[in-house]
Amino acid sequence: MTLVDDRRAAADRTSPGNDDPLLSVHDLAVDFGTGQSALHAVTGVSFDLYPGETLGIVGESGSGKSVSVMSMLGLVPMPPARIAGGQVLFEGRDLLTLSPQELRKVRGGDIGMIFQDPMSSLNPVMSIGQQIAEAVKLHHPEMSRSAIRARVIALLDDVGIPDPELCFQRYPHQYSGGMRQRVLIAMAMANEPKLLIADEPTTALDVTVQAQVLRVLGEAQKRTQAATILITHDLGLIAELADRVIVMYAGRVVEQATVAELFHRPKHPYTRGLLASRPRLDRPIAELKPIGGQPPSLAAIPSGCPFQPRCEFAHGREQCSTERPALHIVATGHASACHFAEQIEDLEDARA
Amino acid sequence: MSTEALVETPSTEALLDVTELRKEFPSRGRGKTRSVKAVDGVSIRLDEGRTLGLVGETGCGKSTTARLIMRLMEPTSGQIRYKGTNVAHLGRRELAEMRRGVQMVFQDPYSALDPRMTVRQLISEPMDINHIGSRGERQARVAELMELVGLHPEHADRFPHQFSGGQRQRISIARALAMNPKVLVLDEPVSALDVSLQVQIIALLHKLQQQFGISYLFISHDLSVVRTVCDDVAVMYLGKIVEAGPVAEVFAKPSHPYTQALLSSVPLADPALRGSRERIILTGDLPSPSNRPTGCSFRQRCRFATEECAAVEPALSQDATIGHAVACHHAEVRDVLGVASEDVA
Repeated sequence: MTLVDDRRAAADRTSPGNDDPLLSVHDLAVDFGTGQSALHAVTGVSFDLYPGETLGIVGESGSGKSVSVMSMLGLVPMPPARIAGGQVLFEGRDLLTLSPQELRKVRGGDIGMIFQDPMSSLNPVMSIGQQIAEAVKLHHPEMSRSAIRARVIALLDDVGIPDPELCFQRYPHQYSGGMRQRVLIAMAMANEPKLLIADEPTTALDVTVQAQVLRVLGEAQKRTQAATILITHDLGLIAELADRVIVMYAGRVVEQATVAELFHRPKHPYTRGLLASRPRLDRPIAELKPIGGQPPSLAAIPSGCPFQPRCEFAHGREQCSTERPALHIVATGHASACHFAEQIEDLEDARA
Repeated sequence: MSTEALVETPSTEALLDVTELRKEFPSRGRGKTRSVKAVDGVSIRLDEGRTLGLVGETGCGKSTTARLIMRLMEPTSGQIRYKGTNVAHLGRRELAEMRRGVQMVFQDPYSALDPRMTVRQLISEPMDINHIGSRGERQARVAELMELVGLHPEHADRFPHQFSGGQRQRISIARALAMNPKVLVLDEPVSALDVSLQVQIIALLHKLQQQFGISYLFISHDLSVVRTVCDDVAVMYLGKIVEAGPVAEVFAKPSHPYTQALLSSVPLADPALRGSRERIILTGDLPSPSNRPTGCSFRQRCRFATEECAAVEPALSQDATIGHAVACHHAEVRDVLGVASEDVA
């Protein structure tokens, strides 16, 4: 319980005056398959998200970062996936108990989504205008055609699309990747969501285009005051955009902290390893010390701590291979799932 | 030998010396035949044991340049000198020596390896083709190479699908090393990999270079990786090199507005630096290479463009005050990383 209070205290500093979380996830677990052969894609994920706040979720492929968030919205095909437990309270309502029809009203309404690949998120045979109009109409059936059209054009204008009237009639293939991603942002913002979920929103884009899209996204966020969950593998994006960060490994949260804490005082060997060895722009890495091995397959998660076979710390410490470490508080607003979290040194280069 | 020739010949001969390389693709549309200049006069030089990074965004021609150098494509014009011999227009047979000496590693280790071949077959194939050694020697070499890149030799009879992405990239590297090449052309070798595995492959490449003195032509869109891996860098935009020099120099003192925009766009993985620097946001999209602007290709998106930029195309030349080569009429060092000011503080 202290963890929640603690997190709340941490969040209050970033978004003062908000006591109730917008989204509160408790012990979410998602399996693929059933019985003995079930794969535990997500285990025991808990977090709170407050209005106006940006939560970053980082992890490598297969860490469960996307599955955990997409399963809350019913966007993971079930079966094979199955919610094995937990609660996802969005404004007090448990999303996991809603019917598909009710969930459809939430998605694209109070919760907007932006995915990685804009080409596969857009319908190639529908004009851009029609697609966004559909999103508006679904949630506002009372609006007239001309009002919807005006709204869509305003949305396209908001995301910086030149000549929005022309864009309304055009098709996705007539635009570049960056422009399509703007269209997706316009669509996600169509119904002024309270929560925005961005899953690798700029991964498919070049850096200069990424910078353009991030500015548009930031402006949209500011305008609507939407809370944001940013799912990414890019530590740079996290450092620039997130208020708080969750690090996932093998379907579990291994560390959770405010962004400044995480980057300067990581308390999990995995996070520390990633940060210490990341390629940098301002100078070469002094010593290349990659994390050895590779992320475990979900079918063979090691006993004890899932990171233990790759961990420098685990050598000769029996506890790591026998006992699964629980996420526990190590400092104010900072939790780690490492038995020896207290012994992990700060990154010597605080600016790093 | 005349004195003029002495002046023109660099003190040491480059291992790979590319001059004025061009590739045009014909494009027919609406009755007119136009050409797309994918690579437009690229000159690069790679010395022994060094790493040259070729950076740029999608469609800038960096991969086409790599393919031309490998002679996987016929260049329209230009020279590719490998150990002093121009290989740009040699036939298949005459290319054999260059092919042994220059090997390539591709971005996607999933599609670069034949799924029906075992690792043993994949790694020994280049030796089989070139009739190197006896069967037994080749087998021993396969085991040695696997060990070298961090794979277990006892897994030699497995198929690519039994390996993860990072391990497959190790197989690709082992295969490229089979002929003891002098040069490896690496086309986005870590882009398809997860962060922790990227660093492993970078460390492996570094180790191999230390051990064998191989030169790398490292093609990437990831500037942080380039900073870590490379000695020198060439920045490409729309088929041309716009800025080039030692990587530490170019990144600390970027002088072309495009390089500056590129560097300022990279998110820095340090929350303390948030908002500490100006982000240069480019307007508009990359122009199509079939319809490039007159003068400087970058001018329509450039903050500093003047009439001169529309009229005269800037040439890549060594700038004495800047200290490296830039192709811009308004070249000037501008600190975009906030590094200089930080170091003072």
